[in-house]
Order: sequence, then structure tokens, then C-alpha cells
Amino acid sequence: MTRKSYHLLAMLALAAIGLAAPWLLPSYLSQFSKLWLFIVLALTWDLMGGQMGYNSFGNVVFFGIGMYATAATQVALYYPLAAYTAAKGGGTEFIFNTSQFFTGLAAGLPVGGLAAAIAALALGLIILGMRGHYFAIATLGLAIAAGELAAGWDLIGAGSGMVTPTPPDSIDTTVLFYYLSLALAALTFLFLAWLYSTRFGLAINAIRDDEDKAEAMGHHTTRNKVVAWVISAFFLGIAGGIFGNLSKFIDPIDVAFNGAEIGVWMILMAILGGKGTLWGPVIGAGVFYIMKELFWTYLLGWQRVALGLLIVIIVVFFPQGIVGWLKERWPGRFGPTAEEMEAADAKGEA
Amino acid sequence: MQPLLDVQNVSKAFGGVIANKNVSLKVEKGQIAGLIGPNGSGKTTMFNSIVGYHPVDSGQIFFKGREISRLRVGAIARLGLLRTFQQTRIYGKMTCMENMLISLPDRTGGFSSLLRSRHALGVQRAKDLLEFVGLYSKRYLYAGDLSFGQQKLLEFAMALINEPEMLLLDEPTAGINPTLINGLIDRLKRANKELGITLLVIEHNMRVIMNLADHIYCLAHGEMLAEGSPEDIRNDSRVIDAYLGAH
Ligand SMILES: Nc1ncnc2c1ncn2[C@@H]1O[C@H](COP(=O)(O)OP(=O)(O)O)[C@@H](O)[C@H]1O
Ligand SMILES: [Mg+2]
Repeated sequence: MTRKSYHLLAMLALAAIGLAAPWLLPSYLSQFSKLWLFIVLALTWDLMGGQMGYNSFGNVVFFGIGMYATAATQVALYYPLAAYTAAKGGGTEFIFNTSQFFTGLAAGLPVGGLAAAIAALALGLIILGMRGHYFAIATLGLAIAAGELAAGWDLIGAGSGMVTPTPPDSIDTTVLFYYLSLALAALTFLFLAWLYSTRFGLAINAIRDDEDKAEAMGHHTTRNKVVAWVISAFFLGIAGGIFGNLSKFIDPIDVAFNGAEIGVWMILMAILGGKGTLWGPVIGAGVFYIMKELFWTYLLGWQRVALGLLIVIIVVFFPQGIVGWLKERWPGRFGPTAEEMEAADAKGEA
Repeated sequence: MQPLLDVQNVSKAFGGVIANKNVSLKVEKGQIAGLIGPNGSGKTTMFNSIVGYHPVDSGQIFFKGREISRLRVGAIARLGLLRTFQQTRIYGKMTCMENMLISLPDRTGGFSSLLRSRHALGVQRAKDLLEFVGLYSKRYLYAGDLSFGQQKLLEFAMALINEPEMLLLDEPTAGINPTLINGLIDRLKRANKELGITLLVIEHNMRVIMNLADHIYCLAHGEMLAEGSPEDIRNDSRVIDAYLGAH
């Protein structure tokens, strides 16, 4: 079997599992929705941290912005947002019928993505002029600052958070959000697979390997970095929009801008699976998410200690991640070897 | 005719260290110019000033008649003035071919050309130039796995595929196997003749620069000590003293 067909087979298998899950594992559906979204978190983090070598500790901010922007759009299309949040989303005044609910989602999710992308553009123009280490430090405080801002903003419910629109009983939201999450994960994966096949993919790899050199060769390095962050933020924002609806309640600090958990997890998933590889974040998210669910179920009380240990083990024993490790053992499975490329050249020239 | 590169009275100090003091030099289009001088005499600093790596303290730098001393590194590179690094810089976790392909000039295409497939542009050119520097058989190896000398050759090929009008080379033969140096001199000359690239070469090896350059500048203690043809420089007693004194 050729490598291309492995790649295709893996995608088809994932798609088949994904599509069939509502029938196979109906009781775990919301966990699986979160797994697909976690894959998006890991993939978008890796675009910056893995492919470009810019470790962002603040990407969760775009997740949170997308979450709020989506929910706010869903509400504001039909009701005054301030009244809705003041009433904590409750009461009989704020009813969403089927068409209102779907229209709200259809408008809200793209708005969530765009709001996050615009935030990344603005932030990026300020802090992406810096080099990697300084950028990483500059992003450290982002989630905390965003959480504090959201917790002080009455329009979006301030510290008491925001309830997402309650759908009419006729809609099976578990299945709906499951498929939305799956679709977003697939879209993100395919988009990034394409992006990494372009010259832009090479350009951000060049920044990772030697940014001074890229600049000296005339690359528009700052522009390329900002574009990468905007793309990352766009998909993260949509993921946040779905996640908020899935959670039904947006807490500014525990859900939207949860840097200590979600913000750290997205980094760990990418590292566990293999930084700078297309499949790494997907596999890393899968393994991590399952471990996390097991810890939370069977090691309750000690789950954070177990997770902390897992982190140490990942960093010490798998610095290259699962895919990085596999790649070293079986280079031919993950990309053409030098010999194969040469053979292909010889054929083309013959 | 105005020179392609015209450096006028450039000074640059780092704290108390005066690395360049009132240095002037001119390079005509099509020339191979040499810049020599003992270690620490300010040659690399001169390069860094020309390509916009740091602001100069005083003086002016003209490239194609345009004052460039306030432009940024990337902007100067896109004007067609490129440099290679003394310490050698390549993209280590990318293959030689990938190093070459991303070094193609994007002067005209803007961002949209970055969205084309990585194999859409310049594959044959990249192979030809790798062949030219003798790295064709290594083209799919990671650049970081090459020897230091091979990385220098790769860096040279990356500069060539960028089609600069002028190339500044910082000690291109340092670290290269002595048996390969003659081949490298030959390639530098061919890049100049066949590709029409004007060269300014920093070189420590006297034999190499005498063989290569049409016109030579000699720095000592940050100041221009002498300039002239290889013959003039070879016989200049100040140059001989500077080199003997430094070693
Ligand atoms: N970035 C820097 N900071 C401080 N001093 C520097 C820096 N770059 C060069 N120098 C000093 O300037 C002088 C000239 O260095 P350099 O231009 O590298 O010389 P060369 O390339 O001729 O060997 C040296 O004394 C060096 O220590
Ligand atoms: Mg030097």
C-alpha cells in the first residue's frame, strides 16, 4: 500500500467512525463532540507552535471570544442582549423557535470565527513583530486579561456568565452539535492539509527554522506570522461557538478563557501527538482526551495529579510526540524518504 | 555611471567599540569586489550595516542610486541586495529542495503566490542550482544533516535562486574542505559572469581573494586602510603590516 492510500484510509476510517458514532455510542455523544473540538484546538495551536515555532500560551483567548461572539449574535438577532443577560437568560420572555435557533447558529458561528480572527489580527500586529520567546511571554497574560475583562462587562453577563439560547425541545441538540463539531474538525484538518502543501507552509516552516534568515531572504515574515495567527484564531473561534452551546453556559473564567485547563491542554495535545506534523495534533488530542476522561472518572480527587504526571512523562519521554517518534522508526510511512523522492525524479526524467 | 553600491562615510559603534569609522566603498555593476582585513576589523559589521541589520550611526548607503540606510532587512533584500552569513544560516528541518523553493523571489506575486502549491514554481531551477553547487545528490536530505561546508554551498544556492542583483558573501570559503575551494572560486566567478550577479566578498584567505576579486578594499581597526587592484593590495606595505601584525 502506498503512503497516500494510508493517509486516505486513515481519513476515511475517522470519517466513518465519526459519522456512525451517534448510532454506535449514543450515550457518549457529547464527550465525542468535545473530542472533535479538542482536535480543532490542537490543530490550530500547532499551526503556530508546531509549524511556525511560535508557542502561544494565549490561543484560548480566541476560543473564548468566539464563544461569546457566537452566543451574543444568537441572542441579539431576536432580543436585546442586555435584557437577556440581565435576566440570566431565564424567564419565559426569551424563547427561540426552531427557525430562530438555526438562523442564530448559522449566523453566530461565522461571526464567532470572524470576531476571533479580527482579535488575532489586532493582537498580532502588536506582538507578532517580536521573536518567538518574547511572543510566548507576551501571550502568557492574555487569557487572564481577557477573563477579567469579560467578568467585568455587564453586556455579556459579567462575572455571572451567559446562558446560551435554549433550543426548542424538538431539536436533538446533542446530535446537532455532534455533527457540527465533526464537520468543523474535518474542515479544519482539510484546510490545514491544503495550507501545509502550499508555499505558505514552507514560509512558516522557514520562520520556525531560522527567522533571521527568512527575513534576510526578503520574506514578509511579520505578515506571514499574522496571517497564520488569524487562520488559527478563525477556526478556534468557531470551535468556541460550538463549545459554548454544548456547555449551555459560558463562565468567563471557567469556560471561555480557561487558560489553566483548556489553554494548556491544547498545547499538550499537540506536543503529545507530535508538533509540526499534520496528524500529530489529531492523534494527540485523541489520546489525551481519552486519558483525561479516564482520570476524571476513575481517579477522582487525584485526576489533576495524574494529569500533571502525564504531562511530565510526555515532555521527558516523548519530546517529539507520538507521530514524531513513529516517524523516526518508520520514516517511509509518514512522508517520502530521500530514496523514494530520488527514484520518483529518475522516473520523471527518464 | 553611478556605482551599484555606494557606501559613504559609514560609522558604527557598539558601546565603546568603534567597529566602523568613516568607511566608504563603491562596487560597480558586474564587478567582483573583495573586502579583507584582520579578524575584528569590522568587515561583518560593514555587511550588517549595508543590509539593514542594524542602523548606522552616521553616513549614507546607496543601492541602485537609492538611499537604503533606513530600510529594513526584508525590504533591502527585496530590492535585490542579498547577503549570506558568516555562521551560515539555512532552514535545518527542511530538505535542501524545500530550502531552495522557499528562497524563490516573491517580489511580484505578493501573498497570492504563497498560496500556490509548493511544487508549482521553480522545481527545475532549484535542481539545476543544486547541481551547480554540487549538492544535487543531497537534494532530499534535511539541510540540518549536511556538513558545515555543504550548508555553505546550500546557502549560496539559495541566494542564487533568489536572483539578486548583488550578493554579499561573508567568508564563503571558511570551513570548506581546502580541496573544494578552487571549485568554489570557479562557481563564484560563473555566478558573476553567467548570472550577472555583482559580488562583494569578505574573505580571510589572501590567495582566494587575489584570485577572485577585480577590486579589493582592506579594513583595519574599523577604518579603510587601502583599496586597489589585487596587485596594488598585494604590494601595499600597510596591508602586509596589518596582516602580519594581527597574526
Ligand atoms: N553586535 C555586536 N555587539 C558588540 N560588539 C560587536 C558586535 N558586532 C561586532 N562587534 C565588535 O565589532 C568589532 C568588529 O567585528 P566584526 O565586524 O565582526 O569583524 P570582522 O568581521 O572583520 O572579523 C569587533 O571588535 C567585535 O567584537
Ligand atoms: Mg566577520
